[in-house]
Amino acid sequence: MILAMTEPIAQSGPGFFTNLLIIFLAAAFTENILLTRFLGMCSFLAISRQMKTSVGLGFAVVFVTTFTAAINWLLHTYVMVPLGIQFLEYIVFIVVIAAFVQLVEMVIERYSPALYFSLGIFLPLITVNCAILGVSLFMLNKQNFGFWESLVFGFGSGIGWLLAIVLMAGIREQIKEDKIPPGLRGSGITLIVTGIIALAFVAFSGMIK
Amino acid sequence: MTFWIAVGSLCAICGILALLLVIADGYLNNYGICKLTINKGSKEAEVEGGSTLLSSLNSAGLFIPSACGGQGSCGLCKVKVHAGAPPVLPTEEPHLSKEERESNVRLSCQLKVHNDMEIEVPEELFSIKEYKGTVESLTDLNHDIKLLRIALPEGEEIDFIPGQYIQIETPAYKKTPEPVYRAYSIASDPRDKTHLDFCIRLVPGGICTTYVFEHMEAGNPIRFNGPYGDFHLTDTDKDMIFIAGGSGMAPFLCMLAHIKNEGITRNVTYFFGARSRRDLICLDKMAAFEKALPNFKFVPCLSEALPEDNWEGETGLVTDVMSRHCPDLSNMEAYLCGSPGMIDASVAALTSKGMPIENIAYDKF
Repeated sequence: MILAMTEPIAQSGPGFFTNLLIIFLAAAFTENILLTRFLGMCSFLAISRQMKTSVGLGFAVVFVTTFTAAINWLLHTYVMVPLGIQFLEYIVFIVVIAAFVQLVEMVIERYSPALYFSLGIFLPLITVNCAILGVSLFMLNKQNFGFWESLVFGFGSGIGWLLAIVLMAGIREQIKEDKIPPGLRGSGITLIVTGIIALAFVAFSGMIK
Repeated sequence: MTFWIAVGSLCAICGILALLLVIADGYLNNYGICKLTINKGSKEAEVEGGSTLLSSLNSAGLFIPSACGGQGSCGLCKVKVHAGAPPVLPTEEPHLSKEERESNVRLSCQLKVHNDMEIEVPEELFSIKEYKGTVESLTDLNHDIKLLRIALPEGEEIDFIPGQYIQIETPAYKKTPEPVYRAYSIASDPRDKTHLDFCIRLVPGGICTTYVFEHMEAGNPIRFNGPYGDFHLTDTDKDMIFIAGGSGMAPFLCMLAHIKNEGITRNVTYFFGARSRRDLICLDKMAAFEKALPNFKFVPCLSEALPEDNWEGETGLVTDVMSRHCPDLSNMEAYLCGSPGMIDASVAALTSKGMPIENIAYDKF
C-alpha cells in the first residue's frame, strides 16, 4: 500500500506532507508493527500490566524507533551503499540501536527514576526488541523512502507500538478483577486479547491504498 | 579490500557512537555537588551527586547499617528523608509500612542523590565509624567455632555498649565478586578499646565464614564498621537469664566482662545449649567468671550427650533446663542470642513461665 502511495501513480501525486501523513498513518495503523507483524511481543506481554509503565516504555520505543530509523537510513544511504557494505546492515543497525537505548536509559534514569525502576530489565531489553530492528529493516524494503519518509515511518511505527501496548494495558487493568480461568491468567488471556485487537486492526487495511 | 572497508567503517561507527555515549553520560549523570543536611543541620556533607544515598553517606563518614550490601533485600538501611527525594521506588515498597511511608522513611541503598537532601538518622549512628584493623589471631574454640581477634590501628580506639555488633567486610574473592558485610557480636572486654574479639562459627557455604576459616591469616588487614545494635543490658536490679548456644555466646562474654568491670551484683544465670561435649566453648572463661562473680552461674546443657562424653551436668533442651531451674520468671529479665528458631522457642518458654514479653531482649542472627 505504502509503495503504491509513494510511487507517482497519477501525474499529480500527493504533496510532500500528505505523503508523510499517509506513511505515518500506514505505519501506525494498517501496518502496525505489533498487531500485524507480532514483533516486540516480549516486553509487550510483560509490561502491559500497568498503564503508567506501558506509556513510559511506549514513549521510549517511539523515541528509539524514530531516531534509529533516521540514523540507520543515513548510514545505509550515505555510508553502506557507497562503500558496498550493505551486508553489514544487521550489525550496524543493532549497534546503533544499542547505543540509542543506552542513551534513553540515561535520560529516563535522570528525569524519572520511578519509571526507570518499574521498567526494570525491559528498558535495556529494548535493544533486542525485534520491533526496533524490524522497523529499520522494513524501511529498506520501501524503495522510495528518503530521509523524512524514514523518520516518519520510524515515528509512526513507534506510535503504533505505543498505541498497542496502551490499549492492552487499559484492557488488562479493566479485566484484572475479572474471573479468568486459571490457565489463561497472565500471558494467556493477553495473547488472546492481542489476537482480537489484531483482527480489529485488519479492518484498517482497506483504508489506505 | 571490501573486508577492510567493512571493518574500518564498522569501527568508525562504533567509535562515534561510543564517543556520543561518553558525552551524554558526562552530561546526564552529572548532578554536581549535592548538600546533605543531616538531623536539622547537626551534620552537613557535600557529596558528588549520582550515587546512592547509602554510599554517599558512607563516603561522608556516616555508616548506615546494611546487611545485604545495598541490594535492597535486607531493609536495614532505613533513613528519614524529609526533602529532596523522588517518590517511593518499586524496589522500596516491600520494606516500608504505611506509617513509615507517611513519616518519609526510605531505603537509603535504593535512593540516588540527585539534589540537596534533608535527612534524619538516629543519633547513635554518628558514633559508627569505619576501621582498618589487623587480624591479630585466629583460635579454634571447638571444631566449628573460631575466635577472631582484631587489633585496631595504632592510636585508634572504639567505644561500644556490651551487646552491640560490628560489620566485618569480606573482600572480593572466589565466592563473591564484590565485598560483602556480615554482622558479628563483639565478644571482648569493653575496657580494652584497642582490640575486638568475635566468635565465628563455620556456616557451610557461607561467604564470610568460609573466608575466615580458609583464607584469613594472622597479620591480614581487615576492614569493619560499627558498632551497631540496641541489644544491651538494662539498668534495673532484676535477676537475669542469658540463653545462647554456640557462637551466640559472644555478646555474653562481653556483657559478663562489663558486669565484672562495673561490679554489678545482679544475679545472672547463663544457660548454654549444645548437642554434645564437643560443641561446648570457653568453659575456662566461664569458670573464671563464676569465680570472680559470686552471683553468676553457668549452666551448660547437652541435648544429645554422647556416651564417651561422661557428662554429669544438665541434659535436655536448653528451654526445658531453664524451666526446671527457674519456676517463676515474672520478675526476671532474659537476654537471648541465637538463630530465629532458638529465639522463638525460648521466648515461648519464657512467657509461658510468666515472664513479661517486654523483659525479653534478643539478638537474632
